[in-house]
Amino acid sequence: MWTWFYRLASPPYVYRVAALWLPWLLGGALLTIGYGLIDGLVFAPPDYQQGDAFRIIYVHAPSAWLSLFAYVTMAVAGGIGLIWRIKIGHAVAAASAPIGASFTLAALVTGSLWGRPMWGTYWAWDPRLTSELILLFLYVGVMALRSAFDDPNRGDRAAALLAVVGVVNVPIIHFSVVWWNSLHQGATVAKLGKPQMPGSMLWPLLAMLLGFMLFYGAVLCIRLRGEVLNRERQSAWVREAIKS
Amino acid sequence: MTTGGFWAMGGYARFVWPCFAFVGAVLAWNLWSARSSAAAARSRVRRALVMAAHDQS
Amino acid sequence: MPVSAWDVFLLVLRRELTLSFRRPDQLVQPLVFFVIVTTLFPLGLSVQLSLLREMAPAVLWVAALLASLLSLDALFKSDAEDGTLEQLVLSGQGLYVIVVAKTLAHWLVSGAALLLVSPLVATALAIPLAAFPTMLLSLSLGTLTLSWLGAIGAGLTVGLKRGNVLISLIVLPLAMPLLIFGAGATDRAIAGTSALGACYLLAALCVLTCTLAPFAAAAALEVTLE
Repeated sequence: MWTWFYRLASPPYVYRVAALWLPWLLGGALLTIGYGLIDGLVFAPPDYQQGDAFRIIYVHAPSAWLSLFAYVTMAVAGGIGLIWRIKIGHAVAAASAPIGASFTLAALVTGSLWGRPMWGTYWAWDPRLTSELILLFLYVGVMALRSAFDDPNRGDRAAALLAVVGVVNVPIIHFSVVWWNSLHQGATVAKLGKPQMPGSMLWPLLAMLLGFMLFYGAVLCIRLRGEVLNRERQSAWVREAIKS
Repeated sequence: MTTGGFWAMGGYARFVWPCFAFVGAVLAWNLWSARSSAAAARSRVRRALVMAAHDQS
Repeated sequence: MPVSAWDVFLLVLRRELTLSFRRPDQLVQPLVFFVIVTTLFPLGLSVQLSLLREMAPAVLWVAALLASLLSLDALFKSDAEDGTLEQLVLSGQGLYVIVVAKTLAHWLVSGAALLLVSPLVATALAIPLAAFPTMLLSLSLGTLTLSWLGAIGAGLTVGLKRGNVLISLIVLPLAMPLLIFGAGATDRAIAGTSALGACYLLAALCVLTCTLAPFAAAAALEVTLE
């Protein structure tokens, strides 16, 4: 079992395997997102209070979830690179950052557009929105810090440190709706036991969540190969891999 | 649901459709940007290999 | 003769303070900035006193934040430039203690100095006298926390050419909760309600960063000085 784990630390292995996983991840993402869109937009009944506007949840919630998931991945991978000096960790962190940042932006924009009909305002300085905005700044800071160093190794390590320091923000975002009185609604799915949504609305949401995760995996595979190439430029295996 | 009703989204169309369009754009950007940065990395390596071969000859 | 951590702490603290006072112009800059920013607001907006009072906490805190950020760049920079920082890292005396001493010295000459000027500024912003104690308490906790957070940012960017912009980008997201609680505390004090809850949260943030930030800043220095 552990050999599988050790192999993940090997750049040529990851380079090869990412190419193999890519079509499956992308295909799976396409299917689940496709199903989620159709079921969510057409067949799910309109909400009692929010009417058809609630359908924004089918892109807003997966984007927000992915923004957090990508950040934690980036922080954990960067931490692995920092503590155990496993370079693939830095590659994963570098690849995840732009993906996560784009989905943070998506969460903020879709949230803002949803907030206008629901709360009457495009923005409110409530804890969840504010901490999600902080997340976007953290992403930008990590990316800017990485590229500010001439030495890519130092850049990786500095960015990893910042990512780990900022990971404190993630539980704040997640629990903000519990800890503070907030405009933003509480947990819909994550409550252990019975989620509050009826099945016809819930299934497309779960499908979209899964689909976005698969999509993240697919895009990560694409970016990761480039990051590995950049970091392993001098190695012999790269020469062979490029020729093929 | 009627086709017209679908596009109208119960009156919320001008909020719902821009959301889906924006996220669709984000998904597309992710694919395009990932592909182009990976391609840039590949061409950098290729160029470095060519230079190395050139230096050796 | 082995040197204790306390001796190292005192040594570095004394050195930092001596060096800071040799450059009085550098000391005064953040203070002047603070005063200018806070007085510009009422001048620029020419609002009635009640509206000014509403904006006052936010203005005060944003100005304090920016003034602290101004002086952060210098936290490690001069030592990095002349090689002292590398000597400190190599000395094996525990970077944690050194970072704590440097950060504390930085706070003493920036944040604490802001505290001294703040009653003046608060009067200009029409903050009532009754709110002063809460304001001073929250500002002291807040600027202290800011110095610790800034140490992380300064440690990560020491040696970078355009480090000051990056420091702000790094420190500001980390400092946003601080701003929210600090302005909230002052706000409540002005309104006359109890600011105790917000002050407790501020104190908690301060203790959290006091203890953990030096680790991160020391790690940052080790990373960037490799």
